Amino acid sequence: MPGLEDLYREIILDHYRTPRNRGELPPPARMAEGHNPLCGDEIHVYLDVQGDTIVDVKISGQGCSISQSSASMMSAAVKGKNINDVLALVKRFKQMMSIEEENADTTGEIDTSIKLGDLEALQGVVKFPVRIKCATLAWNTLVQALESPER
Amino acid sequence: MTFDASVVRRDFPVLQRVINGKPLVYLDSANTSQKPDSVITAIDHFLRNSYGPINRSAYLLASEATDAYEGARSKVRKFINAPQAHEIVFTKNATEALNLIARSWGSTNLGAGDSIVLTHMEHHANIVPWQMLAAEKGFEIRWIPLTSDGQLDLSDLNTLLDGAKAISFTAMSNVLGTITPVEQIVSAAHRAGAIAIVDACQSVPHMPTDVQAWDADFVAFSSHKMCGPSGIGVLWGRESLLDAMPPFLGGGNMIADVKLEGFKCAELPAKFEAGTPPIVEAVGLGAAVDYLTSLGMESVRAHEVEITAYAMRSLKDRYGERITIHGPTSPACRGATLSIALEGVHPHDVSQILDQENICVRAGHHCAKPLMRILGVTATARASFYLYNTESDADILTDTLVGAFDLFGM
Ligand SMILES: Cc1ncc(COP(=O)(O)O)c(C=O)c1O
Repeated sequence: MPGLEDLYREIILDHYRTPRNRGELPPPARMAEGHNPLCGDEIHVYLDVQGDTIVDVKISGQGCSISQSSASMMSAAVKGKNINDVLALVKRFKQMMSIEEENADTTGEIDTSIKLGDLEALQGVVKFPVRIKCATLAWNTLVQALESPER
Repeated sequence: MTFDASVVRRDFPVLQRVINGKPLVYLDSANTSQKPDSVITAIDHFLRNSYGPINRSAYLLASEATDAYEGARSKVRKFINAPQAHEIVFTKNATEALNLIARSWGSTNLGAGDSIVLTHMEHHANIVPWQMLAAEKGFEIRWIPLTSDGQLDLSDLNTLLDGAKAISFTAMSNVLGTITPVEQIVSAAHRAGAIAIVDACQSVPHMPTDVQAWDADFVAFSSHKMCGPSGIGVLWGRESLLDAMPPFLGGGNMIADVKLEGFKCAELPAKFEAGTPPIVEAVGLGAAVDYLTSLGMESVRAHEVEITAYAMRSLKDRYGERITIHGPTSPACRGATLSIALEGVHPHDVSQILDQENICVRAGHHCAKPLMRILGVTATARASFYLYNTESDADILTDTLVGAFDLFGM
């Protein structure tokens, strides 16, 4: 049986206690809302996209330590990044979470050379299948925000 | 015979399970209850010896199966003190029973300009069927709000009921444990000319039920929360109302005659039991009713008041202000369902940490999202006790929560 230390790594607790990039961005920043219908976790992702770059990102909402720390780490990982690099990172992250993308051929190869850095701490979540949805909520919401028009 | 939960616990095979050297601490009975040996055996025995179709054939198996199925109906009638067995309709679950009322009684009696009354503490099963119907028929839904300690705020009850055609409300909240004053609400409804529908899902398994004392018009509950199997629920309704209602689902068993031009409905209760019913499940439910009756529902309730008081006291003594228990503070006005909030720890994380000690609690919105919004939370961790839970279960819960504070304490 996997232990709690596999799930609640120090770096996860740190992001949960002091979340990065917390807040909102005013319009016209893009925004998407993600819900985990099973448990009621809620995440709002705000993006300021200039050209191909995510210039700024803010996160609001509430949820468990896994959903909130994943959101915080994600915000730190995508801020200032090129959108294509971000989409590649999303794929890489989902792969770590053992999520097989449907129609994988249209979404392209997963670049395994992409460094996950702090995000690696979330790997332990895979041993707790019911929590995988908590970890991926922010990432799915990020993709939705990228697909949304400016407000 | 005095009630001893540690003896009762031995009747439940799954509770003997040891996982990683530790006992199972099952605190999720508000969600669904575990099953005693007698229920498992009754189902097994029936399947091995007497299983057959009901109502349709002359051979022995069919008549034994019919007796078993109808026997379960009689047991349920007696258990809730309903006047007549044919007023008991078996459904798939309480949700289907409530949908049946909305679709059958509701669609013939509610239209534009009408209104019904619900409360802020309802389960989605007693909200969404009415919202679905209201979207079609255009009637108004009025809401009874809550007081700050999680009781129904009945100060405007008569105003809310004025002109209303029905009120549908829970006898016990599945989130807060609140026991509502059923008789008072029913009599106010009747004075206003409204019918009264009681969602008794959380009360029937935990305390004596007398639908005639309630004077209710419809009562719905599920077998799986009262030691019976999943897959069967109960609707009790007044004969005069059931008789006047159109059928809910159409098909076999619910007809007296079918011609090319149309059909004629069967008598109660077959009229509302279209298709092959949950035969095996009914036998299991009958055995569950026997089991609960042998323990005595007064004793079950007394045990739950005691264990609730003990658990609430232990949690408060140990954690003080750092823990919030939603709902009424007095064990006498509530069931054994404790929705708890730990300062700085999310309910999901609470349930994860409790799982390490095989403690089963539910974290989430408990199918009561409107109530969650009113409480100002997105989720709670809910520990619900039943007749097989002992003080030791409460102690393990209290002790294990230390780990949550240690890990997340800010
Ligand atoms: C108060 C209340 N009403 C209705 C239901 C629905 O019961 P079921 O899911 O068995 O139909 C439940 C159980 O979840 C409940 O607690």
